[in-house]
Amino acid sequence: MNSQVKGVDFADVQGIVRFAHGHLKGASYLLLTVKDPQSARAWLRDAPITDAVESLPLASSAMHVAFTASGLRAVGVPEAAVAQFSPEFLQGVGGEDDRSRRLGDVGANAPQYWTWGNVDREPHVLVALFAAPEALDAFVVRVRTPLWDRAFASIAELGTSDLYGFEQFGFTDGISQPQIDWQQQLELRGDKPAYGNVVALGEVLLGYRNEYDRYTDRPLLSTGGVNDLLLPAEDDASKRDLGRNGTYLVLRDLLQDVRAFWSFAKTETIASAFVGRTPKGESLVQTGNDQNDFTFAQDPDGTRCPFGAHIRRANPRNGDFSSVPSGPIATLLAMLGFGKQRFQDDITSSVRFHRIVRRGREYGLPLAPSDATLPAPADDPARGLRFVCLNANIGRQFEFLQSAWFASSKFNGLVGESDPLLGNREPGPNGESTDAFVMNRADAARTRLTGLPQFVTVTGGAYFFLPGLSALRYISQSA
Amino acid sequence: MTPQAPFFVLAPVRPDVVDDLLALLEAMNLEPGRANPHDPLVPFADFERLHFARFCIVRDDTIGDVAVYGMAPEVYPPYLAFVGDVDGGEDAFLRELVERATPGLVKIFSHCENFDGTTSLFDWMKSHAAPSSAWYANWKGRTMLQIREEAALRGAMERYLDENAGTVALATPLELHAMLRRHVSDEIAAARLTMTPDPPTRLGWWISNAAAAILPIVIAIVLAPVLAVLAVVLLVLVRIRETTDPVICPQVDPVHRATIAVTEDRDVTNAFCAVGSVKPGMVRRIASVAGFFMLNYASRHVFTRGRLGRVRTIHFARWVWLDNKRRLAFMSNYDGSLESYMDDFINKAGFGLNFVFSNGIGYPKTRWLVADGCKDEQKFKNLLYRHQCYTQVWYNGHSGLTTVDLQRNAEIRAGLEAPALTAAQAREWAALL
Repeated sequence: MNSQVKGVDFADVQGIVRFAHGHLKGASYLLLTVKDPQSARAWLRDAPITDAVESLPLASSAMHVAFTASGLRAVGVPEAAVAQFSPEFLQGVGGEDDRSRRLGDVGANAPQYWTWGNVDREPHVLVALFAAPEALDAFVVRVRTPLWDRAFASIAELGTSDLYGFEQFGFTDGISQPQIDWQQQLELRGDKPAYGNVVALGEVLLGYRNEYDRYTDRPLLSTGGVNDLLLPAEDDASKRDLGRNGTYLVLRDLLQDVRAFWSFAKTETIASAFVGRTPKGESLVQTGNDQNDFTFAQDPDGTRCPFGAHIRRANPRNGDFSSVPSGPIATLLAMLGFGKQRFQDDITSSVRFHRIVRRGREYGLPLAPSDATLPAPADDPARGLRFVCLNANIGRQFEFLQSAWFASSKFNGLVGESDPLLGNREPGPNGESTDAFVMNRADAARTRLTGLPQFVTVTGGAYFFLPGLSALRYISQSA
Repeated sequence: MTPQAPFFVLAPVRPDVVDDLLALLEAMNLEPGRANPHDPLVPFADFERLHFARFCIVRDDTIGDVAVYGMAPEVYPPYLAFVGDVDGGEDAFLRELVERATPGLVKIFSHCENFDGTTSLFDWMKSHAAPSSAWYANWKGRTMLQIREEAALRGAMERYLDENAGTVALATPLELHAMLRRHVSDEIAAARLTMTPDPPTRLGWWISNAAAAILPIVIAIVLAPVLAVLAVVLLVLVRIRETTDPVICPQVDPVHRATIAVTEDRDVTNAFCAVGSVKPGMVRRIASVAGFFMLNYASRHVFTRGRLGRVRTIHFARWVWLDNKRRLAFMSNYDGSLESYMDDFINKAGFGLNFVFSNGIGYPKTRWLVADGCKDEQKFKNLLYRHQCYTQVWYNGHSGLTTVDLQRNAEIRAGLEAPALTAAQAREWAALL
């Protein structure tokens, strides 16, 4: 085995994995179906897909491409290869009732109401375009060549808007991101008692070791023929790795009811408690310069940042143990579940197995909090988030987060709450409500808000595979 | 204290009527896999001491796996399992069943072999009782009555706090404690709440439990030198086999998975059932018998207060031998989704999981019985999905309440019933509300 530090060939990784393209303030997500596979493959062969190599000056545009399972089939990838992708990807985000139940995609969020991504309007291909806002339209036109028109039909064109780093409720977005261990220097064996923000490369890119020190399942093909366009599998030299340098991209359209949010919250204090940060992005747990360098061990009673706050659900910032054991005997006792235990110990799963890389963009016109409490005009435009995240294991990462931590009314031992931002407020199995929000106070009874309306509605979604560039060449040469 | 007990009736189904039985069981549900609590055949909710119950036709699609050891698969009949967890003794509950559900149970069990109505229903169930090789209860002595009363108590306190938010906001935790004590005693006086005191533990149970706790320790101490040698020998023999035992963890069959997923996540608690064959040979048999003995001992005498090791999500679980210890069935009632349940185990009790399950055919490769194994996360999940068995009818006596809910409610009550708290205790107690 090669024991040296192994870097990644950034020329084979799509740039969006490494960069958010923050300098390109315009973005558009084109959702397509394949009309003519041959033309689609021809277009893909010549598509100038942006890689992850650092470039200076920064590029003036970027293009990425990803496929749903039916998209891979539509462009001609053999079933034997497609079938090896993960079950979640193959079934799709809106394809099964049991998945919808787990993800909270019920009631107003149900796939049947989606404008795209449900059975009738399932995209095959996602083409994501990034450019300066004033140059974006021209870029879109330039991309749509006659060959494109022969290849694809459009399902939807998801525009975005630049809100200067804020999301629609008025809060700084994208502060907490895992740091990817590109150099693969992370020790992956054994428990990690304490929280760390660096995640194994294999949590994001397929074909590398994940937090379990294993290779996440992905299609491994025999050598020979067109398969040789693929890179070899790191763990099996006799196989070609279709997943290598690729990842799963989750795209969900989230409609935000900014008026309902501020009408209910009324004050910045309450709104900040929902989020767990101030609008400027300051953590409620600590004041300081670094908005990301803290854990909730600094606020064990939830008196500063409520237990149910969005950022506490999204990233509990915990390690494999509730508190770091001191010494081998304490570790052994902790492993066996002995020793002094607080009520909340061991309720919440260790976060390192549940991190995602977020790459979402806002859409629609912004609405200032002061305007949000005014009556809505008749033609109030839609506004929200094109939520995008990247992960190597949709079930263990995105779906776990969405179901066990956001949608669940039982997160961290809470009662009757769902995520203050994302919760669908649908009642539980016996009609128990999920629309509460509790703010603990030091030395006093908690403040409990009830009747939170639904602030966010899912209006579309799909699971895509974002291939590495060798894999993209393979896909474009299939059939 | 009233201890809990499992019951487990297991009987082969007559092959020609399996479909009839499936249809009969299906008709007991309100939605896929979830029992109608007031079903006319078995009115589950009428049994006030019943925590969980299920009817499950144990069928094993993986019996062919023994071929990897050069063995021809045995032909086993489908078994009907009628399983549950109750307060008090098994016999008392079976008698209650006979009293209230004889026609329904007769209708169900008449699909089984050797059910001809000549023996009494009670005797028939007793003669088909499969003893658990290991059984786990989340909290020893927590009865259904207590669960119901404490859930109502918490609800009443929550309402009081919400309705008096203005006054409450100004109260210190100690004042809050006094306010709520007054309110609850008023509610009890008005018969809107009941707080039944924990009945004294039966002396007979106490003695036999103490004996069961102490005796193995005494024997282990007396035989320590012999046991230590045997354990080392066994471990080495297992280690030799571990290196070559085949791993059978293919990617989950989507149809199989989807069939079972239909029943899942309709409540905050789910039912799990898996069946598989034990690796052949004396070494694995002894290792698993010893493993289950230790697991059972730990479950009954050590992990009796809300945690199996570090895992807090299991209400009840049982491991049951089938077919002369050639096969094993595992059934549990757990909180959260199956994916999060498996993550919980892998990350918090991986060594225990390996210790208990790695004697099963196809298990991901272990080292020294406890290391690695389920740490191969996807292989382990694939294994479990593959061995998972559909549960036809499942009843949850306290639907919507997780183990954590139950523990919190009990702590709220305990704090409330304490006549005087220190300021620190009151603060900790108020944080539970």
